[in-house]
Parts: sequence; structure tokens; C-alpha cells
Amino acid sequence: MKRKISILVAIAAILAITIVCVMLDLSWISGRDYYSFKEVWDALMGNESWGTEYMVREINAPRVVAGLFVGAGLAVCGAAMQAVFRNPLASPYILGLSSGASVGAALSILFAIPFIPLAIATPLLAFVTCTGTMVLVYLMSRAGGYVKTETLILSGVAVSSLLSAIVSFLTFISGEKLEGIVFWTMGNLGNADWNEIVLMAPIIVMCSLLLITQAKSLNAMMLGDIHALDLGVDVRKVRLFILFITTVIVAVAVAFVGTIGFIGLVIPHILRILLGPDNRVIMPLSMFAGAAFILICDFLSHIVAPSYGTLPIGVATSLIGAPIFIYLLIRRRRSVGWS
Amino acid sequence: MVVNPLEVKDLKYTYSKQIVLDGVDLKIEEGEILGILGPNGCGKTTLLRNLNKNLSPDGGCVLLDGSDLEQIPKKEVAQSIAVVPQTNEISFSFTVRDIIAMGRMPFKKVMDPETRDDIELIDQAIEATGLQNLQDRRINTMSGGERQRVMIARALVQTPKILLMDEPTLHLDINTQFEALDLVSKLAREKGLTVVIVSHDLPMVARYCDRVAMIHDHKMMCVGTLQEVLTPENMRTVFKVDAELGIDSKTGKQTVFLHGVSSD
Repeated sequence: MKRKISILVAIAAILAITIVCVMLDLSWISGRDYYSFKEVWDALMGNESWGTEYMVREINAPRVVAGLFVGAGLAVCGAAMQAVFRNPLASPYILGLSSGASVGAALSILFAIPFIPLAIATPLLAFVTCTGTMVLVYLMSRAGGYVKTETLILSGVAVSSLLSAIVSFLTFISGEKLEGIVFWTMGNLGNADWNEIVLMAPIIVMCSLLLITQAKSLNAMMLGDIHALDLGVDVRKVRLFILFITTVIVAVAVAFVGTIGFIGLVIPHILRILLGPDNRVIMPLSMFAGAAFILICDFLSHIVAPSYGTLPIGVATSLIGAPIFIYLLIRRRRSVGWS
Repeated sequence: MVVNPLEVKDLKYTYSKQIVLDGVDLKIEEGEILGILGPNGCGKTTLLRNLNKNLSPDGGCVLLDGSDLEQIPKKEVAQSIAVVPQTNEISFSFTVRDIIAMGRMPFKKVMDPETRDDIELIDQAIEATGLQNLQDRRINTMSGGERQRVMIARALVQTPKILLMDEPTLHLDINTQFEALDLVSKLAREKGLTVVIVSHDLPMVARYCDRVAMIHDHKMMCVGTLQEVLTPENMRTVFKVDAELGIDSKTGKQTVFLHGVSSD
């Protein structure tokens, strides 16, 4: 009973934080200036000056909405992958998905494909190479029809370092296109416009919900594959399903806003430390916490060093996320729940 | 004709080209407690995992109420057969009640909520295993014996006809070993469960099982009553010990006296 109440409190708190973060990120003007929450609200309701409404609704809103979906999707992916592989390191990035997507994006920027505009070519190619990487990593770690978690993660790390080297090489020879590639590999929510969001949002939402339907099976799998099998869970099918769905989410997210690290890794961990291991709680809440986290990082990346422009958001998520994570890890090391 | 609740026919299983089970036959009878005995590495745990379709045989078949397991979805198998696994560590801080509630999973579609009947079954299982005061405890803070009781409760919640136990006495204190098997044999009689216990613990099997099957060299050596199977010769061949079946004078129950390593 006490636990139910604390979970309800956590849900309320995370929802409130998410709303605050949305308002905060909508309030940015330029440099270190930002509107008050009242002005943001009025602008959203259409009761503000043309300038304010333009800033909030045309400049900030697409970035914020993209952040909401990307943050939610990446966080729930991380939660699902850590559960399915029973490994605290499992995340879309460890498995090489982000470097996979980066190769595609870098190639598209470097070698302009004739007749296809860059805005379409980059996400498309990133999606293709991301999916390709997942298939490659999966096939590499398959032995006799059975995939071992350790092998899968090692394959991911190996493929990932190869692909990172390729990206570095492409960056090195890119000449004046350097900035485009660097900016993309470090992530930028501002990359997405409304047309892209309309494409991206339904895919991420649907896939995230599909992941959440597996929460109960994932709980059983966290006890061990044998437990899950004993309870009638088709472990192989669930694992393949999770792998496929997370690949789609990551590929879509990375394709439109670049690679944004650390969210999939750190958000589910923080929630598990605070709320226990139950995926039926952790997975939906990860979506909100991931969204809130990415938005606060986005806001800070705009105001932290305005004279240099906007900080790539991937830098902000790691700069902020890592210390929080380290703090919680040290303070509550024993209850993290990974042996 | 009587249909056995579980029947193994000429079961073959190989793991990476190594033969683990080589043509095993076994008929498990309704309502009995059957012990499957064999030394470590003889394939008895593999046999157990074939019994509830965790593994699929490379030859032969397992029949549940006369139908081939391969034709029955895994989830349906779990509605009839529950397992009390080896008491290994669980590193996640699920509560005892969370884990026991998982026993209802085979009966649920993905998003089905917990019904009143489920809650009643869970409460009954918690009471039957004496876990009332521990139900909100986190599993990773519990002792091996307590964890095993949680697993027994989870198996009960699965409302199975057949209960499989994998090395129930391994890693447990001696008093807890008795408690666990006392509990299971009592519950089995009350609910008319068929129980299959895989073990290498000769005295425990002699005390609690109605019949015994002995595996030797990846084959079923013999199946039958304690007197038929637990002969000094058989135990010498399979376990390389000098041992004999007898009556514990204090309890009046059957046991195996272990005298030591066999001399030859």
C-alpha cells in the first residue's frame, strides 16, 4: 500500500516536471533571454504579441515537440533493452545503433545524392544503416539459433567502434562539410521541422506502446530466462520483438535529430533506483522522464554559452546526466539491483 | 486405457553435438511424487526442461495428457505445469508478492489486469507457504529457503496439475530442506498434484518420493518403487557409493544410509 502511494506520488511528480520542462524549453528567446511562463501560456493560447507567438509557436515548439517524442522513445528503449538483456549497460548505443546511423548520415552529407534533397537523404540513409547495423550485430551473435546476451553486447561494442572509426574518417576528409557532420553526430533537436515530426511522432508513440505491452514478460525475464520460460513466456520471440521495435525507434529518432546519447542508459536506471524494478511502472514513466530530461538539456544547451551558439544537445545530456547518475550510483549503490 | 499426465517417449537431446539424453522413456503417474535421480551432469535437469517445453527434444517426444508438447503452445503448457526452479540469486528488488503474482501470467493476455480471483489465489498461496509477514519484502534481501518458498507459492498460483522441482535441496540449510519438501508433499497430497523432483540427494528422495527413476549414462536405467530402484548395486553403479535403503528408526520413514565411497 505504501508502495502504491509512493508510485502515485512519483507519477504526479514526473508529470509535473515534464510540464514544467515543456514550458521552460518553450520560453527561450535568444542568448540568455527567456519569456515568463505566463507569457508562454498566453502565446500558446494566442493572446500574446505577434513576436512572442512566433517565437514560441514557430521557433521553439517544433524543437520541444521533437524533444518530447525523441526523449520518450529513447528512454523507453533503454528500459526495455536493459530488461531484455538483464544487463545494466544495454542501451541502443552500446549495441552500435547510433554509430550505425551516424555512418549513414555522414555519407549522405559528404556525398550528396543527386535529385534527393539532403533533408530527406540524411534521415533515410541513417535509418537504413541503423537497421543494417542491428541486423549485422544480431546475426554476428547468433550461434545455433540462440543469441547470447554477452555475445550480443560484445558484438555491438565491436561493430560500434568500427563504425565510429568510419565516421571519424569521413569527418576527417569532409573539409568544409565538417560542421554539418559534427553537428549531426552530436544531435540537434532543431533539425526536425513539423513535417518530419508528423512522420516521426506516430511511429515513436506506437512503438513505445508496443514495448510497454511487454512489461510483464520483461519482469519475468529479469528474474532469468528459465523463470520466464517456466511462466510460459516465449523468450526468444519477446527478445526479437523488443530488438526490432527498439531499432525502429532509435533509427527514427536518430534519423531526424541526430545521435543523442545517455538518455536510454541513464533515465531507466534513475527510475529503477528510485521506484524499484517493475517494468509496468518503469517503462511508462521512462517516457515522461526521458522527455523532461531532454527538454531541460535542450533549454540549458541554448542558454549556457550563447556567444558560441547552441551547444549540441548530446553534449548537454551527458554533461548533466552523468553527474546525476554518478551521484545516485554512489549514494544508493547497493539498491541499484544489478549484480 | 489410462492416459498418463506426462509421458516421455524415446527422448533424445543433444547440446552442441554432445548427447545429453539418449532415448529416455518414462511414464509419470497421476498424483505420485516421482524422484528422478542421477549424479551431476547425467542429464536430469535437461530432462526436466524438456518436460515443460523449455527445451525441445531432438528426437522422441513428451506427451502431456496424451498430446505431444510440440503441438501445444508454451503458454498453455505453463497452465498445466509449474516449476520450482533451483534457488539461485535474484538481483532485482521485486517484492515477494510481485513475484508470486507472476504465476498468473500463463492465464493472461498482454494487458489483462489482476482480477479478484487472481488476488484470492495469490493470498491463498501466500498463506499456504507461510509468507504472510514477508509478502512486502524484497526478494534480493531474502535467504535461500525463503526464496524457495516464494517459488513454491508462485508455482501454486499457476494452479498446475504437475509440479516440477529442480534440485530442491541444493544450496539450502538442512532444516530448510526438510521444511521445503514437507511443505510440497503436504500440498501435493491436498491438491492431488503430480510432482516430479529432480535431485541427487538420495536420502531426501527416499523419504519423500513414491517412485524413483534413475538416470545413468544419459539413459533411463530403471524406474519403479524405492525397493526396486534403490538397491545397493544400482546406487553403486550410478553414484559410486556404498549405500542401502532402510527405515529411519526414529521417524519410521524410508531413507538411504550412505556408508561412503564404494570400495570397488
